Amino acid sequence: MSVSTGSRRVLEKGPSGWLAAPALFFFLLFAIIPLAGVFFLSFTKWDGLGEIKLDGLSSWTTVLTDPVTGNALWVTAKIMFFSFVVQAPISLLLGVFTSASQKYRAVLAVLYFVPLLLSSAAVAIAYKALLDPNFGLGPGLGVPFLAQDWLGNSDLVLFVVVFVIAWQFVPFHTLIYQGGVRQIPASLYEAAQIDGAGRVQQFFAITLPQLKYTIITSSTLMVVGSLAYFDLVFVLTGGGPGYSTRLLPLHMYLTGFKANDMGAASALGVILVAIGLVLALVLQRLGGKNRNASQLEGA
Amino acid sequence: MVKLTLRSAAIAATAAAVSISLAACGSSGPAGSSASTGSATMWGLTGGNQPVLQKSVDAWNKAHPEEAIKLDFFANDAYKTKVRTAVGAGQGPTFIYGWGGGVLKSYVDAGQVADLSDFVKDNPDVKSRYLPSVLKNGTIDGKTYALPNNNVQPVVLYYNKEVFDKIGAQAPKTWDELMALVPKFKAAGVAPFSLGGQSKWPDLMWLEYLVERIGGPEVFANIAANKPGAWSDPAVKEALTKIQELVDAGGFINGFSSVAADSNADQALLYTGKAAMILQGGWIYQGLKKDAADFVSSGKLGYTTFPTVSGGKGDPANVVGNPSNFWSISSKATESQKKAALEYVKSGMFTDADTQALIDSGAVPVTTGIEAKLAASPDKDFLSYVYGMAKNAPNFTLSWDQALSPAQGDAMLANLDQIFLKKITPEQFVSTMNATIGK
Repeated sequence: MSVSTGSRRVLEKGPSGWLAAPALFFFLLFAIIPLAGVFFLSFTKWDGLGEIKLDGLSSWTTVLTDPVTGNALWVTAKIMFFSFVVQAPISLLLGVFTSASQKYRAVLAVLYFVPLLLSSAAVAIAYKALLDPNFGLGPGLGVPFLAQDWLGNSDLVLFVVVFVIAWQFVPFHTLIYQGGVRQIPASLYEAAQIDGAGRVQQFFAITLPQLKYTIITSSTLMVVGSLAYFDLVFVLTGGGPGYSTRLLPLHMYLTGFKANDMGAASALGVILVAIGLVLALVLQRLGGKNRNASQLEGA
Repeated sequence: MVKLTLRSAAIAATAAAVSISLAACGSSGPAGSSASTGSATMWGLTGGNQPVLQKSVDAWNKAHPEEAIKLDFFANDAYKTKVRTAVGAGQGPTFIYGWGGGVLKSYVDAGQVADLSDFVKDNPDVKSRYLPSVLKNGTIDGKTYALPNNNVQPVVLYYNKEVFDKIGAQAPKTWDELMALVPKFKAAGVAPFSLGGQSKWPDLMWLEYLVERIGGPEVFANIAANKPGAWSDPAVKEALTKIQELVDAGGFINGFSSVAADSNADQALLYTGKAAMILQGGWIYQGLKKDAADFVSSGKLGYTTFPTVSGGKGDPANVVGNPSNFWSISSKATESQKKAALEYVKSGMFTDADTQALIDSGAVPVTTGIEAKLAASPDKDFLSYVYGMAKNAPNFTLSWDQALSPAQGDAMLANLDQIFLKKITPEQFVSTMNATIGK
């Protein structure tokens, strides 16, 4: 481990802060300044065309008293929860599976990654056609079970959305886990084998603990990412039926660009950013205070 | 520790930036189409009338290279958000494509579209070429801000004659006849009505016609005029109740909320015989002609007006739908752009070739004196029917989602969707919609 001690000394002193300057510049230009703009707009009334008029807290009271906002938050929370519950175990297991070096696994891994190549809009349009109750997959194959009112039933639609999101994003998280698993030194497994540990034991005693930071990274992306699910749901359901899949970001878009109430949309945007920041902070905290310590310390 | 906290804040902020970037959606116009420089620009819609408009502009550009128009096309829904953002940012086209109604009013209020009253006064030929009932939809507070640019699109009740023959039924003339047909079609294994419920706006056609038939045009006129409590008119509640009765009776195809009108799946149900009838806009005739040419040419497509409701106050000849689409001229365009635009409006559109191209595509132009041309068309039955419908209608109500302000329209469609799904009652709909009056 002498190499790693050497490199750590360099890290402690740290590279020049100026290296962050270009990124900081773009971050300021495309995130902080627009964010300040959105914050300002949330105290105004603007239909996107005419003058921007200062309007005090009225956008905020509209947004906070509108039952649709509460519903959007609830739908977002449900999608976040179910997406995580579905995606995390599947991608973890697939990641572990594809990290091994057998040829057939490599072939399967390539197949699993195909959805990653498709744009969200394309995925949504394809699923919309497949799920059509009259001309879709069900009637096409003559399987009545598949001919449900998938996108029109308020109770089903949320799970259809969760499924399609998982279909699209599991490959990405699988890739993260695959990389994480490949970094675990083989010596750990060899030692475990000598001690007589079985496959399942090895998974829980070595793979899972060693993947701690990978799990945190992937979970952060999953949870915060579900605040940004927009394009897929917008094309797939448009937030319907009724308000059943009207997520917070979708609600923000529809308020701003369909109902043309930029003030209320900006207030929703501020809420969205606040929730995203809090969630990301909490998840980072979960990593513990010694996050800079290497996972491989013991190796 | 301070460093660490800062770093986690930065990581969190980066993650949040993902969601911020959403706000940047839909703000960029096509390169070089800025309204402040160069030649006049025009944004049109993809779909049925696209080739007609393209041909018209091509012919104009060929004859007037010094006043050429740059034409771009967008899909309907994308266009609606894009043009508004572009106009708001001063990047809009010279020709603004629209539907009249509440959206046009918001452009007028923001001073974004030019007053064409003097132009119309100076060019009586322009005024006289239009059907008067259509032309008035481009007028706000007595001033003309938009001129019709394509075809009349009333909502029509289409039916599949073959399916009707199979059960020996006639097209319904009254609401009671319509309800009586429902169990007959169901027994024959055919859905009585197709409906593109996922797209939401096809639902609205049912409400529009029922309210019109029950309460007459004044009911919606009051709503559009933002009179307090206007949605409480008993006609609205009765119409919503009738819709839910029809849903309960199984009037609409199974899974209608999953059927998208944007992909023409609702029309496909009609010509494949899976559904007997569909209430849709006059524009779907163009689509049917293209997607199911045999079905249309062999005379299997029937069409009629929306049934009357017993005890209803509305004139059965009244229609709802889109009187036409319109061109408005951007008030922010340069003088040369405006001049070119007005020249085109004056002598470049509705030329003989344009009118013929519209008729050939299966559409009815909004101009007067086209009876002979319609009669010579292979689609003469349908076209003459629609033309007569529009010309003889005492009242032509603009589609409500276009007539109302965007905020009201959005809430109305989402709530009506829930009426069809039976998630809310007519009373809840009325009180929610009353709360949007004036927004």
